[in-house]
Formats: sequence, structure tokens, C-alpha cells
Amino acid sequence: MWTLFHKLGSPPWLYAIAGAILRWLVPITLVALVGGMVWGVLFTAPDFRQGNSYRIIYIHVPAAVVALAGYYVMAIAGAISLIWRMKMADVVMKAAAPVGAALTFIALLTGAIWGKPTWGTWWVWDARITSMLILLFLYLGVVALYEAFDNKEAAGKACAVLSLVGMVNIPIIYKSVDWWYSLHQPASIKFSGESTIDPSMLYPLLLMIAAFYALFTCCLLMNMRAELLQRESRTQWVKKIAGKEGRR
Amino acid sequence: MYFDSFQALLTMNGHGIYVWPAYLITIVVIMAVLIAPVRRRNRLLEQLAAELRRTESATVSGVRGEQ
Repeated sequence: MWTLFHKLGSPPWLYAIAGAILRWLVPITLVALVGGMVWGVLFTAPDFRQGNSYRIIYIHVPAAVVALAGYYVMAIAGAISLIWRMKMADVVMKAAAPVGAALTFIALLTGAIWGKPTWGTWWVWDARITSMLILLFLYLGVVALYEAFDNKEAAGKACAVLSLVGMVNIPIIYKSVDWWYSLHQPASIKFSGESTIDPSMLYPLLLMIAAFYALFTCCLLMNMRAELLQRESRTQWVKKIAGKEGRR
Repeated sequence: MYFDSFQALLTMNGHGIYVWPAYLITIVVIMAVLIAPVRRRNRLLEQLAAELRRTESATVSGVRGEQ
């Protein structure tokens, strides 16, 4: 247990293990993404009420689900780096923020496009949509706050506090469709009880959710590797890698 | 395939103008988040390698200068 803990704090070990994971995770992710999109767009029947516009579900829901999950990763990493001063947790937090922002952006944008033919409007200031917009600002806030400090240790602390404070937004997003009258429909997939979505639509959707989780993991690991190289650029192990791979 | 023709796939009964841009923008954003860290890492390694070469040649010429 303690050896694993010790290794997790070791940048060269983390860099190497992330590289080993990425070698097979990136191809799997790409295949799953392409496969899921082709399945959802070409091989499913249209929704009986929404017609073909519902096909946006296969990118909208996975992006939103993983954008929320990514916030947990960022906030928990922030908490660990605040409490135990673990440097690698700070790396994880910084690596998660831009990916989460991109996923939240996808969820908002595809939601707006989907809203036009379905609700007759691109945008409404209702609880679900507004709280997702706040999520985007929280992610972008962490990215911007990190850049705003010259002292990176202070930057890490400020970002960790911001992401922890932002955690209040997460249950609001989850519960927004139940608490307030909203244009947005409640969840169709439930862990307890019957899902209100046909299996022929559910399976490609589940594949896409898995693919987006994998995508988040890939981007997180890749960002972490780049960040590790930058932070450790004065050390021997980075110089060795630069000597081997840094030529054009 | 669900659609009868390529034409039907493109228009999707009038929903094609919503579905296709949504997918296109998503794919562009996904590519961007995948490529950004790769480029950042390559740039960093190139910089470091160039620095290494400079310090190496500096020490070599320094040794020659002493002789």
C-alpha cells in the first residue's frame, strides 16, 4: 500500500505508467467514439416524437455526464493537494480543467442545437442549462486562475479552493430537472428502476458514455504527462527523454 | 442502415441541419483536446533538446578553449 502511495508521488513512474496506459487506451477510445457515432446516427430508428433530431443524444448526454464526473476528479484532486500537499494531485487538477471545459462546451452547444427543433428555442435561462453554464465558467475559471499566478504553488491552492467551492453546483445540476419546472427532461436512464429508453437506443448511448469516459481519461493522462515534463524539466529523467525524443 | 438513401441521411427529414453541425463541432472539439497535449509535449521536448545541445556544445568548446 505505502509503496504504491510512494510511487504515485514519483513523477517519472507516473509519466511512464500514463504512457503505457495511453498506448492502448487511445486506439480503443477512437474506435469506440467512431463506432458509437456511426451506430447512433446510421443504425438506430428515429424517436417517435422528436424524429431524427434526437440523434444528438449520443453526443449530448455522454458529454454532459462526463463533464460532471470530471468535476469530481478535479475537485477531489484539489482537496488532496490542499490537505496532504501532494504535488501529483495538483497536476491532476490542472490537467482535468481544460478537458472538463471542452466537454461542458460540447454539452451546452449540442443542447442548444437540439433545443431549436425540439423546444423551438436555442436557449432558455432555466435551472439545468444555467447551472451547466456555471459549470463551464468554473472549469474556465480554474484554467484562468492557474495562469493568473506567477507563483504556481499559490495558483494551485487558489484553484483547489475554487473547485471545492464550485462543488455546490454539482447537486444543483443533478437535481435541477426535479426541483424546478424546466424545459429539460428528467433523466431517462436510471440506476434504480426501469429506464425509459428503448434498448435499441440505450446500447449505443451506453457505448458513447463509455467512450467519453475513455476520452476524458486519455486527455487527462496526456495533459498530466505534458505538465510533468514541464515541472520536472530540470531533472535528469526529463533530460533523458528530451535527448531521445526531442529531435525533429 | 436506417436511411434509404444518402439524400435521406443528409437531410434527415429536415433535422440534418441540426444533427450534422452538432456532430461536426463535437468532432472538432474532441480532436482539439486530443491534439493540444501532444503538441505541447512535443514543443517542450524540442525546446529541452535544443537547450541540451547548446549546453553540450558550450562545455565542449569551453574545454577546447582551455587547451
